[in-house]
Amino acid sequence: MLKYILQRLLQGLLVMAALYTIVFFLVGWMPGDPFSSNEKNISPEVRENMKKAWGLDKPLWQQYLIYPKNLITEGSLGVSTEKNRPVWDIILQSFPASLILGVSALFIAVGIGVPIGILSATKKNTAIDYGGMAIAMIGICIPSFIIGPVLQLTLAAKIPALKIAGWGHPLDIILPSITLGLGTAAYLARLTRGSMLEILNQDYIRTAKAKGLKTFSVVIKHALRGGLLPSVAFIGPAFAALISGSFIVETIFQVPGMGQHFVNAAIKRDPFVLRGVVLFYGLLIVFMNLAADLIAAALNPRIRLEKT
Amino acid sequence: MRISLPTESELEKGSSLGRDAWARLRKNKLAMLSMCFIGLMLIICFIVAQLPFIDDPNEQNLENRFAPPSGDHIMGTDQLGRDLFSRILFGGQISMLVGFIATGVALLIGITYGAISGYAGGRTDAIMMRVVDTLYAIPFLVLVIVLKVVIAGPMEEQLKWMGRFANIVPLFFAIGALGWLTLARITRTQVMAIKEQEFVEAATSLGLSKMRILFRHIVPNTLGPAIVYATLTIPSFILFEASLSYLGVGIEAPNSSWGILIKEGADFLETQLYLLIIPGLFFSLTLFAFNFLGDGLRDALDVRASKD
Repeated sequence: MLKYILQRLLQGLLVMAALYTIVFFLVGWMPGDPFSSNEKNISPEVRENMKKAWGLDKPLWQQYLIYPKNLITEGSLGVSTEKNRPVWDIILQSFPASLILGVSALFIAVGIGVPIGILSATKKNTAIDYGGMAIAMIGICIPSFIIGPVLQLTLAAKIPALKIAGWGHPLDIILPSITLGLGTAAYLARLTRGSMLEILNQDYIRTAKAKGLKTFSVVIKHALRGGLLPSVAFIGPAFAALISGSFIVETIFQVPGMGQHFVNAAIKRDPFVLRGVVLFYGLLIVFMNLAADLIAAALNPRIRLEKT
Repeated sequence: MRISLPTESELEKGSSLGRDAWARLRKNKLAMLSMCFIGLMLIICFIVAQLPFIDDPNEQNLENRFAPPSGDHIMGTDQLGRDLFSRILFGGQISMLVGFIATGVALLIGITYGAISGYAGGRTDAIMMRVVDTLYAIPFLVLVIVLKVVIAGPMEEQLKWMGRFANIVPLFFAIGALGWLTLARITRTQVMAIKEQEFVEAATSLGLSKMRILFRHIVPNTLGPAIVYATLTIPSFILFEASLSYLGVGIEAPNSSWGILIKEGADFLETQLYLLIIPGLFFSLTLFAFNFLGDGLRDALDVRASKD
């Protein structure tokens, strides 16, 4: 087990190195430099000095080596050229909001998606099944930038406790996390239904039924363990996607998360923020995938970790 | 006793996999309806939009802002007095093009990559798949934005002859260039299963070159699952473009897409609800249709939908 985790961590390190290389050069090749895209008129001499101050005057391959060196020796992800603040500062300040939003969206997704999936599978080809799957389809096809404004108009306008946009009161989390979580809920519902159906067709389920167990306890005690495996495996990447994919919801509800900084950095060509944010998200995804695999292994004794 | 041999015409009619699948698909009413809807959308967006009585989607008329639906403007006008119906048609062109072209790019890369990886096997395969794993750990939205900015400059130079489409093609490529991962995995699994079959052995014994065997004999047999997945990729790319446009980093003026129309509509939500609802309906119904068609195709071709 320990060997497996170490192996996976090493693999994760390689993934991060590759990710760094890709992102470094892509960002390095972006046309224009962070100082020329400024609205302010800066004289060429000042621009050269600015570039020198941020180390952007050196050839790209030197910068490629300097960045990880600074990361290891000083723990620094660089300084934003746009805001003149350390990238860590920006991440630490804005990440909590994205994290809270992502976690509550995940709770909503699991809380809605998994029960609908189980119900649909146990009541296959009934009105409940069709209804559940229709709702799931709606969740997949109506994007957050339609659901969000509609929720603002219907719920926030009617219920005084829910603000249309903003972040500060605990209740402010509700609408954005519903908006963010619905798509994932829909996907989970379809996934859970599919895998539950497969399990419910297995011999051991028939045996359990033949022994006279009630459908309810067959589902809860016997089918769930196997039927939820794909969903558990999906939750890891989904969680990472929810955290890193909340840009739009953050925009709609004015949540002070990481999204605004990233989009801004892309528009302003802020190389350090771009690289820092991508690496941060990459690390998050690597860890989430590892966690999902470990949980799946704990649930399913058939997965032999040594083999993979 | 006489044995009746099958007649010539009966032999010709012999049921192929494709024809079986088509017969099954035709029984699926929802999938057929979706197919008709997509066809209708394509006709409306690409052919009806060219008819002379359709207004210029960018022609402003500030005296006629927020006009309700009437004979002149069957869906009313927007905040700048532009005809909403023609904006939906021309926006639809871009949204559809994104879906089809980006999916085409993704299919091309994904099938080639997956086929080579699966056919080569061994160490080559292991390395190629680790690369895919690495790319999976990249926040997709983030990287598409950066990649689009990088390739936009050089590509637009080359594409001047395309007129108003020149500044959107880089976006198509950026999406497709990063969206091929799952397609590569699907194709690889298929190729690995097929390469062991006798007809491949026969081809090898005839002395055909490896490239020829792979791309003329194996790959055509793997296309079914790839096409099913591609059908489901189209709506996700359309949605993806809309998300980018919503964030302000997607399609740029003078072009527009459904995502932009929805974003603009959301700004006038409280007073002019139709500006959000009408484009939203076109958008969501199209996504529904593609998803139902994809599901139908999957059932008809009996492809296991697996994410890995």
